[in-house]
Amino acid sequence: MTGSLDKLRDASLTKAIMAEIRRITTQPWNIMEICGGQTHAIMQYGLDQLLPKEITLIHGPGCPVCVTSLEAIEQALQIAARPDVIFTTFGDMLRVPGNQADLFTARSQGADVRVVYSPLDSLKFARENPEKQVVFFAIGFETTAPTIASTILSAEKAGIENFSILPANVLVPPAMRAILSNPVNRVQGFLAAGHVCAVMGYHEYPPIAEQYRIPIVATGFEPVDLAAGILMTVQQLESGQHEVTNAYPRFVTREGNQTAQRMIAQVFEPVDRQWRGIGAIPLSGLGLRADYAAFNALNRFELSQTALRESPLCIAGQVLSGVAKPHDCPAFAKDCSPLHPLGAPMVSSEGACAAYYRYHRISE
Amino acid sequence: MIQPEMPIMEGPNCPLPISERGHIVIGHGSGGQMTHDLVRDVFQKRLANTILNTANDAAAIPATPPGKRLVVSTDAHIVSPLFFAGGDIGRLAVCGTVNDVAMLGAEPRYLTATFILEEGFSIEELERIVDSFAEACREAGVELVAADTKVTEKGKSDKLFISTTGFGWVESALQIGGEQAKPGDAVIISGAVGNHGIAVAEARGNLGFSSQVCSDTAPLNHMVKALLDADLDVHVLRDPTRGGLATTLVEIVRQSQISIELDEENIPIDKPVRKTCELLGLDPLYLANEGKLIVILPAEQAPAALRVLRGQKYGEGACVIGRVYESSRNQLWLKTAFGTTRVLEMLAGEMLPRIC
Amino acid sequence: MCLGIPGKVIKVYEQDGTPMASVDFDGVEQAVCIATTPEAQVGQYILVHAGFSLNVLSDTEATETLKILRDLREFNANLDEEAKVQ
Repeated sequence: MTGSLDKLRDASLTKAIMAEIRRITTQPWNIMEICGGQTHAIMQYGLDQLLPKEITLIHGPGCPVCVTSLEAIEQALQIAARPDVIFTTFGDMLRVPGNQADLFTARSQGADVRVVYSPLDSLKFARENPEKQVVFFAIGFETTAPTIASTILSAEKAGIENFSILPANVLVPPAMRAILSNPVNRVQGFLAAGHVCAVMGYHEYPPIAEQYRIPIVATGFEPVDLAAGILMTVQQLESGQHEVTNAYPRFVTREGNQTAQRMIAQVFEPVDRQWRGIGAIPLSGLGLRADYAAFNALNRFELSQTALRESPLCIAGQVLSGVAKPHDCPAFAKDCSPLHPLGAPMVSSEGACAAYYRYHRISE
Repeated sequence: MIQPEMPIMEGPNCPLPISERGHIVIGHGSGGQMTHDLVRDVFQKRLANTILNTANDAAAIPATPPGKRLVVSTDAHIVSPLFFAGGDIGRLAVCGTVNDVAMLGAEPRYLTATFILEEGFSIEELERIVDSFAEACREAGVELVAADTKVTEKGKSDKLFISTTGFGWVESALQIGGEQAKPGDAVIISGAVGNHGIAVAEARGNLGFSSQVCSDTAPLNHMVKALLDADLDVHVLRDPTRGGLATTLVEIVRQSQISIELDEENIPIDKPVRKTCELLGLDPLYLANEGKLIVILPAEQAPAALRVLRGQKYGEGACVIGRVYESSRNQLWLKTAFGTTRVLEMLAGEMLPRIC
Repeated sequence: MCLGIPGKVIKVYEQDGTPMASVDFDGVEQAVCIATTPEAQVGQYILVHAGFSLNVLSDTEATETLKILRDLREFNANLDEEAKVQ
C-alpha cells in the first residue's frame, strides 16, 4: 500500500495526465470541486498551476467550516459558555467568527471547549465526567454523518445520558442543485467529493447530471486521483457527455457503504438548513429523528435568540458558489485576513479565501 | 510566603523528613528549613558545582575575556505534559536556552534557573526532572550558577514551570543573526523536522494514536562550535522552535529583507511524523523542533558545512533545503515535487488538527 | 470533507460494546471504530476518517486508477513514437 500511495503522488504520472488534459482541451471549461479536502490538496500541490489555462477550477462550498450557519455558531457559543458543559468540536471550528467572538475566545474566557479528533472522544468525556453535559458540534458533510450516527447509537446502547449533539451536518446533492440552478452559474462539470461518495455511493447523482446536463466524476485526493478526475471530466465535456463516472474506484462504489447509510437513516433525517453566505437550501441538512430528539443539544438547553450580524463587507456567499473569486472582494487581504477573518472562508484552511491568501502566487 | 491563616509547617512542628512527604507543600516555598532541605536534597545533590555550592544568593562569574562579547538569553518553559518521548521539561529548559545563546555563534557557559512548583506536585517527578536537567547541563557543558524555587498554592500554577537564563561569550568580530542572510546563500537544516511537535501531541494522549516518535530536544552548541571552528562564513543560525521551520524562515526573510525558495522534496521528514500529520491534518513545516539547526551561508561553502554537520551528534541528517535570493517582496516560497510553487506564511495562531 | 487516510487492519476487538480495530498507517497505529464497516477483517485496508472507518478497500485492483493511467502513458509513448517517425 505504501508503494501505491507513493505512486499516487508521483509527479511524472500526474504530469502525464496533465499533458493528456492539455492535448484534448479545445475550449475553456469551468470545473467545480465541492470538497474542502480537495481544495486543500489542489492548493498544497499547486495542481491548478499544472492545468492548461483553459481549465478553471472553481472552489465550491465544500468546506463545512465555512458553511456552518452563523446561527449555529452563536448557539455553540451560548452552550459552551455554560459552566455545566464540556463543549467538544473538530479543530477547524475553533476560529470561525460568530457575531463577535469565536470558540477560541470563549475558551480563553473560561469555557471548557475541547478539540477532539473523533466524536468517540466526546463520548469518552461524557463517561468520565458524569456531572457535566458533554456536547459535540456535529458539522461536516455526509462523511462525518455515519461517524456521528454511530456515536449516538453507542451512547444510546450504553445508556449515556449526558451526551448530546448540536446538529449542523449538511448534504452535498442539494448544494449542487442550488449552485446549478443559480442563474449566474458558470459551473460546467463537477468533481464529486471522494469520501462523501465512499459513504453514500454515487447513485444520487445521475438525476442531477441528467437535469442539468453536467458531467459528475467521483474524485479522490491524491495528486494522481485529482488529475485523473479532472481528465475524465474534461473528456466528457469535450465530447458533450454528461454522465456520472468514478475516478476513485478503490474506495467508491455506486452503492456506497450501506451499513453507514443505514446508520445515518436510523438517526438522522433531511431538514432545511441555512448555509452561511448562501442562504437556506431546502432539505440540505441532517436533523435528528424524533426517536433521537433527546440527543439534540438544542432541546436540552434554554437558548436565547441572538440577532445575527454578518460583516457587511464579507461576500462569502458569492465566493462559495463560485460566482466571485476571493480577490474580487474589496476586503480581501485588507480588512480580512487569516489573523482577522471577517467571514468563514478566510478561517478554514480550505476556505477559498484562506487558500488564496496563503497560496497566492505573485509572479516574481 | 507564609500565609497568616495557615499553620506553621516547618521546624520542630514538622518532624517528617522530606523524602517521605512525597509532594510539594506550601512550606517548601517558605524560605525556611524545608526550602533548604528541598534545595539540598533535590537540587544540589544533582547539580553540584563549585559556584552553586558556595550557597550564596548570587554568583560571581568570571569577566568576559578580551575580544569577546557577553551574550545572554532568557526563556520560560511551561510545556505540558512534563514528560514526553525523548525528553522532559528539564532537558527542554536547558537545551532551549543553551541553543538560544549558541544561535548568535556564542559558547554558552552559565545558566540560572527558577523553578516554580505547584503545591501537590510529586517530588519523585521533580527529582526525575532535575536529574534530566543536570544531565543536559553536563552534555552541553554548562554550569548552573544560580537558582531559585518558589511554591504556589494548588491551582495557581501548573505542576512545574521553569525559567532559565543563559550566558555565553561570542567573538566580537562575528556577525551572525537573522538579518545577515544574503542572496546566493544556501539554506541548510541539520535533520528531520516535526518530531518534537508530534511527540508532545502524542504525550498529551488525547489523539488516540501511537507513533513512537521521539522529541529531538538536544543541545546544539557543539555543532555550532564545529561550524565556526571550520572557518565557515556563517550568516544565520536559528533553531526552528515554536511555529516550526516555516515560521522561523519567514522571520529571517523579513529580517534580512530577501526571499527564500525551499525544495519540498529535500526537506527531511521522518515517515511516522509525516503519517501522523496526514492523519491529524497537521503540517510538519509548522511543528516545533527542539534540536534542529538552520544554517544559512554562502552556497559554495554548503558542501563543507554539510561535512561538518554530518560528523556531529544530532547533525547526521543535515541537508540543503533551499536558497536565498534577491527580491523586493520578501517571501518564503515552497517548490513542490511537481515544480509548482506556493508561498508559506507565518503560523496564524495555534495550529489546529483539521477534519477537512 | 475529507481527511481520510487508508490503513491496514491488524487487530479487531470490542470496546464498551463497540466494534474496534487497531489500524496501522505505515508504522503509526491508531484505534479506529469499525461499527460503520463491521465486515472489515485483519489484513484488509480501510479508509479512516475522524477515528471511524468509512469503507473497505475495493477488492478490485487497489490501484485501478493507475491502470487507467498506465494505459494513458503507453498511449502517449506511442504517440511520441509516431511523431518521431513522421
